[in-house]
Amino acid sequence: MSKKVFSSCESALQGLSDGMTCLFGGFGLCGIPENAIEQIRNLGTKNLTCVSNNAGVDDFGLGLLLQQGQIKKMVSSYVGENALFEKLYLEKKLEVEFVPQGTLAERLRAGGAGIPAFFTPTGVGTLVSEGKQIREFHGRQYVLEIAIQGDFAFVKAWKGDACGNLVYRKTARNFNPMMATAGKITVAEVEELVPVGSLDPDQVHTPGIYVQRIFQGQNYQKRIEQRTVSKGRI
Amino acid sequence: MPLTRDQIAQRIAGEIEPGFIVNLGIGIPTLVANFVPVDHHVLFQSENGLLGMGAFPLEKDVDADLVNAGKQTVTAVPGASFFSSADSFAMIRGGHVHVTILGAMQVDEQGSIANWMVPGKMVKGMGGAMDLVAGARRVIVAMQHTDKEGQSKLMKKCTLPLTGLKCVNMVVSDYGVFDVTPDGFVLREHPADLNVDQIKAATEGRLTIHPHLKKIGAR
Repeated sequence: MSKKVFSSCESALQGLSDGMTCLFGGFGLCGIPENAIEQIRNLGTKNLTCVSNNAGVDDFGLGLLLQQGQIKKMVSSYVGENALFEKLYLEKKLEVEFVPQGTLAERLRAGGAGIPAFFTPTGVGTLVSEGKQIREFHGRQYVLEIAIQGDFAFVKAWKGDACGNLVYRKTARNFNPMMATAGKITVAEVEELVPVGSLDPDQVHTPGIYVQRIFQGQNYQKRIEQRTVSKGRI
Repeated sequence: MPLTRDQIAQRIAGEIEPGFIVNLGIGIPTLVANFVPVDHHVLFQSENGLLGMGAFPLEKDVDADLVNAGKQTVTAVPGASFFSSADSFAMIRGGHVHVTILGAMQVDEQGSIANWMVPGKMVKGMGGAMDLVAGARRVIVAMQHTDKEGQSKLMKKCTLPLTGLKCVNMVVSDYGVFDVTPDGFVLREHPADLNVDQIKAATEGRLTIHPHLKKIGAR
């Protein structure tokens, strides 16, 4: 089982190549795989299809890959925080598929769970359901949505062990658990690689079966997008 | 005078019953939390994976791993829980969230809502809005009654691409409180110094007046 542990981010990304579909955990900049993204930028891998709820900001997160023109297509629910994204999109240098956030989460969950497609009420009667099968159940209409899988999934956890078990912290969990299940090769980076046996099995969020590679992450910036504070009770 | 943003938020807070699970959108909806009595024990759901969202943190408690759906740093109240995005939207789609409150560019007399894209302009995405309007048990819209050109945003039929079809239950605008019914908009409450004729003139969609029309704030 220790074969899952890689000594560096560089080694953990072996096999990543141009044109692949990559899944990224995170919501905004919260819980994103910072090390993997930086390494992909260094590798210069191109024509990537990236599935991620958001597209980072101009100079951090997936914005780093947008800067280098490494992304061919984004599959996201919201990209409002990124001016570079807007420029590339308007210049038609970037394809975009907008997916409602819950549908995105469920398409990934389904992709990891052996469910090829599912019906959801989200988006019926909107642009999202155009050209898709509609079916009625119990008097309500639902649209057929197709599962998503990736060649690689990149996730970030708080703690992990050599078996690949992962524990996330607070709202940094977000999309990471589903991305982990839906990657052919799932690469987990962790703030703390802990000895096998030290994670309480009752508290594991992502069981190690979903994780093929794990490494101790470094130099986390954990940038905050909107630093909002109160001066006591509001 | 039309209602202020705070007055719209305060009126919507009156719709929230003790023990409700509530999801708040960005803008006026966020203000609603300020008017919900603490002893109602309402839990706020943030769709990025938090049930039991609290106030903004003190400077010393700011945590990059604890943000809301607007990517703002927040706190978690006692009894809160964290979960994945798939679990979060299972709650929303599964009808476990009592009410979602969100803004809109247009709402029509059938209760359809448009709030995510304007053709020809940059599209930022729908985020969780389509799931929320399709899944929450009750959908309340907080919005300005007219746009910058004075055109009604309570329409006969939405002209912008929809976020959801026939899903809005209630609209609270600066011009009053409107139920969305099979007969179109029903004016239930109006601001003290706006009369029915003024409200009718500013509403494009079919509008009828509730038989027990009240002034906002009146008992």
